Amino acid sequence: MKVPISMWLLALLLAGSLSSAGFASAKGSTNPQGGGLVPDNQPSAYSGHLVVALRSEPKTLNPVIASDISSREVIGQMTADLIHINRYTQLSESALAKSWKVSSDERRYTLELRHGLRFSDGAPLDADDVVFSFRVYLDEKVNAPQRDSLLVGETPITVRKVDTNTVTFALARPYASAERLFDSVAILPRHLLERAYSEGKLLQAWTLNTPPDRIAGLGPFRFKEYVPGQRLILERNPYYWKQDRSGNRLPYSAEITFLFAGNEDAEVLRFEAGETDIMNRISAANYFVLQQERASRGLQLYDLGPDLEYNFLLFNLNSTLPAGAGEIRRKQQWFNDVRFRQAISSAIDREGMNRIVYHGRGAPIWTHVSPGNRLWFDSSARRPARSLSHSRDLLKAAGFSWRENDGTLIDHRGVPVEFSIITSSSSNERTEMATIIQQDLSELGIRLQVVPLEFHSLLDRVLETHDYEAAVMGLDGGDVDPNSQMNVWLSSGDDHLWNPAEAHPATGWEAEIDRLMRQQMSTSAPRDRKRLYDRVQEIEIEEVPVVFLVSPNLLVGAKDQLRNFKPAILDSHTLWNSEQLFIQDRTGAVR
Amino acid sequence: MKRVSLMVMSLIFLAVIHLSVFFAGFFSPYDYAAQDRELPYCPPTSIHWVNKEGRPLWHPFVYRWVERAGGQRYQEDQRTPYSIHALTRGAKYTVGGMVTWDRHLFGVDPPARVFLMGSDGYGRDLFSRLLFGGQISLFAGLVATLFTLTFGVILGILAGFYGGWPDAIIMRCVELFLALPWLYLLLALRGLLPLHTSPAQAFLLFIIVIGLVGWARPARLIRGVVLSAKERKHLLAARSFGASDLYLVRCHILPEIRGLLLTQAALLIPQYVLAEVTLSFLGLGVGEPVPSWGGILATLQQYHVLISKWWMFSPGLILIPVILSYGVLSNSLQENRSQVGRWIE
Repeated sequence: MKVPISMWLLALLLAGSLSSAGFASAKGSTNPQGGGLVPDNQPSAYSGHLVVALRSEPKTLNPVIASDISSREVIGQMTADLIHINRYTQLSESALAKSWKVSSDERRYTLELRHGLRFSDGAPLDADDVVFSFRVYLDEKVNAPQRDSLLVGETPITVRKVDTNTVTFALARPYASAERLFDSVAILPRHLLERAYSEGKLLQAWTLNTPPDRIAGLGPFRFKEYVPGQRLILERNPYYWKQDRSGNRLPYSAEITFLFAGNEDAEVLRFEAGETDIMNRISAANYFVLQQERASRGLQLYDLGPDLEYNFLLFNLNSTLPAGAGEIRRKQQWFNDVRFRQAISSAIDREGMNRIVYHGRGAPIWTHVSPGNRLWFDSSARRPARSLSHSRDLLKAAGFSWRENDGTLIDHRGVPVEFSIITSSSSNERTEMATIIQQDLSELGIRLQVVPLEFHSLLDRVLETHDYEAAVMGLDGGDVDPNSQMNVWLSSGDDHLWNPAEAHPATGWEAEIDRLMRQQMSTSAPRDRKRLYDRVQEIEIEEVPVVFLVSPNLLVGAKDQLRNFKPAILDSHTLWNSEQLFIQDRTGAVR
Repeated sequence: MKRVSLMVMSLIFLAVIHLSVFFAGFFSPYDYAAQDRELPYCPPTSIHWVNKEGRPLWHPFVYRWVERAGGQRYQEDQRTPYSIHALTRGAKYTVGGMVTWDRHLFGVDPPARVFLMGSDGYGRDLFSRLLFGGQISLFAGLVATLFTLTFGVILGILAGFYGGWPDAIIMRCVELFLALPWLYLLLALRGLLPLHTSPAQAFLLFIIVIGLVGWARPARLIRGVVLSAKERKHLLAARSFGASDLYLVRCHILPEIRGLLLTQAALLIPQYVLAEVTLSFLGLGVGEPVPSWGGILATLQQYHVLISKWWMFSPGLILIPVILSYGVLSNSLQENRSQVGRWIE
């Protein structure tokens, strides 16, 4: 399974990312009530509306081409998937599919759709819509961002209609927790999009200017109005399929308004002023500001603990370098030595970094699995504390020494150790991390230059031209399940950041990670998968392919009048149960 | 007279600022890059003369800041006073790139810290960074002005003195350069520079480019003065006696434009100091960990700094009197250009 890294990075830059997971690899499941927790509170009327800010304006309402976080946030409210990962429990649960069965060879999934489902325009849903949707997503010409996530072992899954309410999916090989693949894959209305698809105009369909009656989905809300530069309004989907325990049809709120804030600071101002009801992914600094105002403004702030996001220092270990990159090749002699990487890792003050960058609301990390991923985090792995003397010993053993007059670190040829770190100029946090590393490594006599670059230029250098020496970057963990990381950790993966798409593993430990990751992917026993994945994390600590730094805590906020608010560590953190949310003041009146 | 006294006051203020900045290493208690990760965004340290028992002491002292209930809020730990010492030993520094020393005007014993103007987000002493930052910001103004005036003088004299096609070409270039969007030029330039170009080198290059791009306006002014000067009778007489062009420029033209150059310098220096602030705002500044006034001010782009870390405005508080002083100087020079010319002679 592949998730394009540019998508992750872009999503991370703007906010969050994809789905979730757990050990729930059910052989079959039924859930006639449909997903979500049972609401704690119920409103007296369907009249309320929610206001949420987006940091940027959505670019499209078309699920087939949406890759920016704002578009995905809006589309997520208008669409539904067959099997859904509950953001709160992190387990798979039935959604549009009432139940699913897995064949004995674990390569065939048969899904039965709920009866009587309707799109938001009133048209009925059947198996043909499902088949059409997957045909679109898997079409190479369409190049949908979902396509990579629907590949198992480089082979697309296949879909076949059994009857009006049943479809079968076939996988090229067994795949642990394969039902999680269906999460966030929106089912499309064939009656509205088939013509555009057959005419090759699907990518131009469903823009922000499309009339609302030409757009339909199966989510709790449907498109109502778009005012460029200001807001986008969704209204209640009267045909939505979920009901609460009392049999009331969800969603509770009549409308959701998305305001376009522009950036996080503007979003904080609007949240403080009471113009918005929910704030997603608050930076630690702004969380501190909001804390001062919390009581007087009637706000609730939530620190959900370490996020799945991980930040790291990456060395250029690519075997293919651009022409004229002799300087980088020379420095790769340092970077390729595991003792050099271990020395750098040992010299970095992760606690101090957490304190400075995240005001202490984060967690130091030594592997890509943050403590926030409670199911897969290897808590028993040894995590070496900061030690400059250990770093010096490692460097000495690797043939480095120090110049007597000024303490500069030099290699065995007498060349001073200095290199540049590129980072995204739009991320204050990562620039701060690079500056802290600069100071820490200066204590070893290493000179660093921090070069903030425009984000796309940074991506281009790391993924395409390989014209860089080191970089500070961040990735969202995506799903908590290890399979979401395959393209990063397999040496052949396009997103194997330090040396993408290797023809053969360049080192023995990369070959070992390849073996472990492939084995866990086809192992169904959760305990065995965990053991294999723990070993991957141990290798990361031993071999330091990248120097992991800090994971931030996930911080969100909401008005204290918001009912049923249950923020989750998985994306979408605050609106995953939007159908249950509503505003109710102290008198019990719904706004 | 009043104007002259204002000018003298401005000159004295500017001299004090420039000298403080030149000897930044001595006046600052810490190295500009030294981080104290226990004290990010720490407010200015209070200097005490009276201890907690109410007894006055003969020497000033400080209390150590300690964090209170997380979230970068601090309070004084009044259990132990730490005396402020004069001429303490500390981090090594160089003066004018030549003399290396480790004595600082004042300091306190660790673990206490004396942050006269608070600390920044990395727990670095803002007072030390302001002094060292002034070296970059004021240096940027001086170097860019030097380049601007050098090119302005050469091209202005060529255009005014010779006239004809050199004048036509130079004046068209002036119009072109006046219309050049220099910010975009610099952004493009940064994209082309190799990554291992050090931030200081890149910044110096930007300053030189700004200086070179800015020659057009002074060149046009100088051309005008030269055009009128070359028709003066004493210059015509000198030419009739066989004086060379070089002699005429050196002995008769340059003295005419000296006052103008001083006025222009007083106008351009603050402009270029502000240009440094703009460059830093756009991420084209000198780069971490080297400080500059613009770089420090750029942190105010973050909402939480803007509303709760008031001491981070301090570069702005210094910039205002510096710009005003240069403004007063420029006005005074303009009004007393002939008098200034006589002073120079």
